[in-house]
Amino acid sequence: MEDMHLFKGELKQEPIRKGFGTGLLEAGKRWQNVVGACADLTESTQMHLFAEAFPERFIQIGIGEQNLVTVGSGLAAMGKIPFVSSYAAFNPGRNWEQIRTTICINNQPVKIIGSHAGVTVGPDGATHQMLEDLALTRVLPNLVVVAPCDSVEAAKATLAMATDKRPTYMRLARVASPVITTEHTPFELGKAYIFRPGKDVSIIATGSMTYHAMAAAVKLAKEGIHAEVVHVPTLKPLDEETILSSAARTRHVITAEEAQVIG
Amino acid sequence: MGGEQKRYTLQELEGLACTIRKDIIKMLEHAGSGHTAGPMGLADIFTALYFDVLKHDPKNPNWDERDILVLSNGHVVPVRYAAMAHAGYFPIEELMTLRKLGSRLQGHPERTKLPGLESTSGPLGSGLSQACGMALAMRMDNVKNRWVYVVMGDGELDEGNVWEAAMLASKYKLGNIIGIVDRNNIQLDGPTEMIMPLEDLRAKWDAFGWYVIEIDGNDIQAVINACEMAKAIVDQPIVILAHTIPGKGVDFMEYDFHWHGVPPDHEQAMKALKELRTLQGRIESEHQ
Repeated sequence: MEDMHLFKGELKQEPIRKGFGTGLLEAGKRWQNVVGACADLTESTQMHLFAEAFPERFIQIGIGEQNLVTVGSGLAAMGKIPFVSSYAAFNPGRNWEQIRTTICINNQPVKIIGSHAGVTVGPDGATHQMLEDLALTRVLPNLVVVAPCDSVEAAKATLAMATDKRPTYMRLARVASPVITTEHTPFELGKAYIFRPGKDVSIIATGSMTYHAMAAAVKLAKEGIHAEVVHVPTLKPLDEETILSSAARTRHVITAEEAQVIG
Repeated sequence: MGGEQKRYTLQELEGLACTIRKDIIKMLEHAGSGHTAGPMGLADIFTALYFDVLKHDPKNPNWDERDILVLSNGHVVPVRYAAMAHAGYFPIEELMTLRKLGSRLQGHPERTKLPGLESTSGPLGSGLSQACGMALAMRMDNVKNRWVYVVMGDGELDEGNVWEAAMLASKYKLGNIIGIVDRNNIQLDGPTEMIMPLEDLRAKWDAFGWYVIEIDGNDIQAVINACEMAKAIVDQPIVILAHTIPGKGVDFMEYDFHWHGVPPDHEQAMKALKELRTLQGRIESEHQ
């Protein structure tokens, strides 16, 4: 068990959502058409940094997630790039049909941010441990689905989304997690990356699970098994080329995601 | 772009509304499915909007100074298609492709298919909040003299999303939103007051902070006047409660909720068209 956390103490710990907050602030500075809306969870989703810097470009929706995304659709229709944030359990949990109709079929570049996703929400209990968001979003037309592995990558993803014309869902986690990428780690929407090469087995991981995949690979190496870790920050569209070529090389595949296996 | 729009006389507008009603009957009969009562009842409102109220340019649907018309109750879209065709957005013959495979005129409006539609809708209750987003964007960009009109059904006011938006519009004092509620008192399963009572509807909007105007929604001049009045109010969102007759113009369809979600068959269509031809003749003679 200790081996699973072998990076602890060496790596900076920071919630993935924090990277969204700093990324959005930076996006707001760079691009005038970036706006924000939140459903009464501004600091929890780290949108407060943007809201404080650009109050005239921030809309406080109150506790109404259906309103949140549909207001986002209207903002996007007029040329804005709206980031709309809440917890993943409500956004896209509560408002899935509005996302489907007014953002996805309507093809408006709204950026849906679902924080506190996955089991790592822990003490908040089952209602808030959103495990179904990836299943809900991957099936929607036109929607890009992103799950960054750490706060540094979340910031990069946010900046990339701000200049991308497609509707997008990004899931974020609440708890502090190890920062395993740097400013120099490549990131592009739609691309998967081999974080650790190996020849015996491919571990295809996304979001917070990529760190755990890396830790597992280190442990396996001690047993003489060389695992390749493929990090997939964009789940849709899927970088099939990178994943399939890794699988062809190692001929064994394990997937790791913090979500329902069925989805 | 957006050159001088033609001004129509009231007689011309009433004639256009009747033509639109005839088109709705023909389109629905040909399609073999769709909603009849709502579009028929809304023909006067859409005529007023497309041929008098809206600042728009059919030859340049994305004109950046245009007024925005959001259709929230997407199932009444045949009335919008008919008005758009007669305004010059697309050929009138294309109306007969309604609901057909490959047609741009889907059973519920899809923005990405047909230039001039401002949103994709069908699932109810989300138009007002989209209008809020548009109005907020205009305010951020300091846009003046541009309005967001949003047509809603009365049955769709059952949806909570509408009232979330009503609160937001009031909070941000979105005087550039003009809501139009088609108060025809019917929904799919029956009379609104039996399915889920909406009254006191005026008091509800008033309590949510909206400026309420109540009109006869089948009176084109009243619709035009109400929109003019609404544009003069700047610090409050405005809702026009437009009382309409469902199925208006065809005697055997009027007031009958059974016509909410079904099209006329051939015989019914012939009968309806005959009535509407008589109505058109009366409009022409009355104004002489």
